[in-house]
Amino acid sequence: MDINKDLVAASATPLVLAILSEGDSYGYAIIKRVGEVSGGELRWTDGMVYPLLHRLERRGLVEAVWGRSETGRRRKYYRLTRAGAEHLAGQRRQWQQVDLALRGVWLMAADPAAQPG
Amino acid sequence: MTKEGLLEERIGEWRQYFRRRQAVRAIDIEELEDHLRSQVEALSEAGLDEDEAFLVAVKRLGDLDSVSREFAHEYSERLWKQLVVSPGAGASSLTAHRDTVAAVGLAIAAAVALKIPDLFGLHISGRDADTSFYLRNLSLFVLPFLAGFFALKRELQRSGWYLLALPFVAAALIANLLPFKPSGHTEVLTAIHLPIALWLAIGFAYAGGRWRSHEQRMNFVRFSGEWLIYYTLIALGGGILVFFTVFIFQAIGLNAEPLVGRWVVPCGAAGAVLIAARLVESKQSVIENMAPVLTLLFTPLVAVLLLIFVATMIWTGNAIDVGREVLIGFDLLLVLVLGLLLYAISARDSQAPPGRFDRLRLLLVLCALLVDVLALWSMVERTSEFGFSPNKTAALGLNLLLLVNLGWSAVLYARFLAKRVPFTRLERWQTAYLPAYAVWAWIVAALFPIIFNYQ
Repeated sequence: MDINKDLVAASATPLVLAILSEGDSYGYAIIKRVGEVSGGELRWTDGMVYPLLHRLERRGLVEAVWGRSETGRRRKYYRLTRAGAEHLAGQRRQWQQVDLALRGVWLMAADPAAQPG
Repeated sequence: MTKEGLLEERIGEWRQYFRRRQAVRAIDIEELEDHLRSQVEALSEAGLDEDEAFLVAVKRLGDLDSVSREFAHEYSERLWKQLVVSPGAGASSLTAHRDTVAAVGLAIAAAVALKIPDLFGLHISGRDADTSFYLRNLSLFVLPFLAGFFALKRELQRSGWYLLALPFVAAALIANLLPFKPSGHTEVLTAIHLPIALWLAIGFAYAGGRWRSHEQRMNFVRFSGEWLIYYTLIALGGGILVFFTVFIFQAIGLNAEPLVGRWVVPCGAAGAVLIAARLVESKQSVIENMAPVLTLLFTPLVAVLLLIFVATMIWTGNAIDVGREVLIGFDLLLVLVLGLLLYAISARDSQAPPGRFDRLRLLLVLCALLVDVLALWSMVERTSEFGFSPNKTAALGLNLLLLVNLGWSAVLYARFLAKRVPFTRLERWQTAYLPAYAVWAWIVAALFPIIFNYQ
């Protein structure tokens, strides 16, 4: 299934923040995790996650530190900040609201008897 | 080569390619490289061989153009930061610092030198100004310092210094020993041609003495264009500053104009020559992108203008009426076209095949040549009426010089478009021709006064 581009773009920030709320991570691992949680349905262009991470860093939602990978290569790790956690909570409420509204409509579409009046 | 080595080489190439984008810093590339390597490792573990793994990993990373566009979007200021000289951005901040100190020191020296004649009652502006003296000597107060800057920077040998001093000494002798008639034609001609001759002499210092090298000459051409752009920008800023200086002092009832005219403007203009050179040296890459953009913008416009002009001339049957001013105008037209051609050449990838813009440039050169030949033709027809005044001879000589330069450029360009000669031949022709201008400038500056009896 192809997910609409706008939808992918809109969900990118909450997804990245949510993945970082599970623990510190880095670009490659974040993309792998996105693939896992979406069952492979959400496909990003790998390179695009970095400008997004840098944008979040500038907004203060995440912070970055250079560390080392298991093989000793230099690697940039990202961590969710307090502001990032708050932003994520807000986003979560918004998405749940949207999800709730859509579910309601779709439930009614599936079962006309439940329609009011 | 081992497989390991091959992968390293591939990643190296990828890194090089990415580094050309201005919005992406080396540190960002390192981050992406870590991603690339992680991906390659994972894919290799999954059974792909390294070559395939690399290709897939690069593909998944996405088109470099769109990724760097995204970076540029995020960091739009980075593109502009390039314009500011940042310490440590260059190869070594120590030499950068040394260069800045040298440039500022020499700029101050040039400004002071310009005011020394003041002590002897030779004023640069005002009612008692000795315009004639400054007209002839202006370049001698400034350009030696610029030559010195490059001689220092390129660590010229002692013999190089002597050789470099030669044209400046000669210029000083010409400007001050020849018995010019005040405000005569030959004096003005000398005043115009000496700076040109000396500027080309600076090319010797710029090239670090290797003035025969075509690459060095082309670099000097690039430098000259970039310097002009920087100087214009600085002059623009300086003009605004002067305007406000006069304006605010007027508000408190003081007239700052004489002071500004005598000190601020001349000293600022002299110092800016050095500062502009230093800026060009430290930030070559930025303007290298600016000069080609300007030529790209104006090449079609000038071509259209010339086409319309030729068409109108044919339509109305009006011949070009050649006076001296008109001929100088056509000289300047050829200089403009040559500039457009030269900077397009200097920025063009000489390996690239002929393209649409190459045809446009050839068209531009051909139009300019046609217009100029028509102008020359009508002039030759009427030489007997005019005779050879110094001004007309100088204008005519320059015209012929430019005509030869552009004419042969057109031939080479046409042959390049027909894929008969490589583009480098065209480059070579331009750089090989440069000394002709120097020789002509010296002839006009030094011999014309004598030939035309200082009139």
